[in-house]
Amino acid sequence: MTLPAARRSPLPDSSTAAGVHGDTHTGAHNPALLHHFAEPQQQRDAASLGMWVFLATEVMFFGGLFCAYLVYRRLYFGDFAAASKTINMGLGATNTAVLICSSLTVVLAVWAAQTARRTLLIVSLIITMLLGVVFLGIKGIEYAEKFEEHHVPGASFSFKNVPIPGHPGQFADPHHAQLFFSLYFVMTGLHALHMIIGLGIFLWLLTMAWKGRFTPEWHTPVEIGGLYWHFVDIIWIYLFPLLYLIDRHP
Amino acid sequence: MSEHSSAKSPLKGYFAVWIALLLGTGLTVYAATLDLAPYNAAVALGIATIKATLVALFFMHVWHASEKLTKLVVIAALFFLLLLLGLTMTDYATRLWS
Repeated sequence: MTLPAARRSPLPDSSTAAGVHGDTHTGAHNPALLHHFAEPQQQRDAASLGMWVFLATEVMFFGGLFCAYLVYRRLYFGDFAAASKTINMGLGATNTAVLICSSLTVVLAVWAAQTARRTLLIVSLIITMLLGVVFLGIKGIEYAEKFEEHHVPGASFSFKNVPIPGHPGQFADPHHAQLFFSLYFVMTGLHALHMIIGLGIFLWLLTMAWKGRFTPEWHTPVEIGGLYWHFVDIIWIYLFPLLYLIDRHP
Repeated sequence: MSEHSSAKSPLKGYFAVWIALLLGTGLTVYAATLDLAPYNAAVALGIATIKATLVALFFMHVWHASEKLTKLVVIAALFFLLLLLGLTMTDYATRLWS
C-alpha cells in the first residue's frame, strides 16, 4: 500500500501540497479538494477523464445502431432514400441549429463557472434548458406528422406507391421502408431520451448554481454535465445527415 | 482551465466555432440538394465529422486538455467504433463475391 505515496511525490508542487493536504485537517486545507487528490487540477482531470470513459461507452452504445443503419442502408439504398424524403428536412435542420446554439450556451456556462460569474452561469443554464425543450417540442411535431402519415412501424404502417428517387416508375418496398422508420424512431428516440436526461442534469445544475455552490476551484458538475450535453449534440450532428438527407436532390 | 482563463479569454474562439457549426449545417443541407452521385454520402459525413471534431476539440476542451489520458480515451473510442463498423462491413460488403 505504499503506491499512493510513491505516486504523489513526482507531482509538481508536491512539497507544498503534501504539507497542506496531509491526512490531518488543517486550517489551510482547501474545502473543495478531496483527500485522495494532491491538487485541484488533478481532481478536475480525474473527473473529466471518468466522464470521457463513460462517453466512450456511449459511443459504442450508439455505434451498434449506426452499424445496423449502415448495413441496411447499403442493402436497400433506394427504399431508404424514398423513406428519408418523407421526413421534414426543415424541422431537422432547425433542430440542428437549436442544438448547436445550446452547445454554445453550455460552453458559456462552463466559462462562467470557471470565472465566477454567477448571473451568466444561471442565464446560460436556463437558455440551454429552453433550447433543449424547443428541440424536444420540434421532435414531437415531427413524430406527430409520422403518426398521421402511418409511417410508424407496426400494424397500421403504410408506405404504398412512394417513388424511389432517381428511378422513375419504381416504388419503394414497404418492408424496407419500415426498416428505415424503425431505425429512425429508435435512433432519434434514444437521442431524445438522452436530451430528457440532460434536461434533468441541467435542472440540478441550475439549483446548485442558484445556491451559489460553484466556485472557480470547484465546478466539476458544470464541466461534466457540459461534456454530456456536447456529446448528445455530436450524436445529432451525425443523425441529421444520415436520416434526413439521404437523397434530397430533385 | 481556470488557470489559463485569466491570461486570455476563450470567448472569441467559442463564438467562432459556433458560427462555423451553423455554416456547416447550412452547407450540408445545400450539398444534399446537389446531385453528386456517389459522393453525396461522403460529403455529408465529411461535413458532420468536421463539425463533430470542432465540438470535441474546442467545446469539450480536448485540444487544451491538461491530461493526455483524455486524448487517449477519445482515440480509443474512435478506434473501437471503426473496428465495429469496419469489420462488420468487410463481412456484409463481400458476401456476394463468391
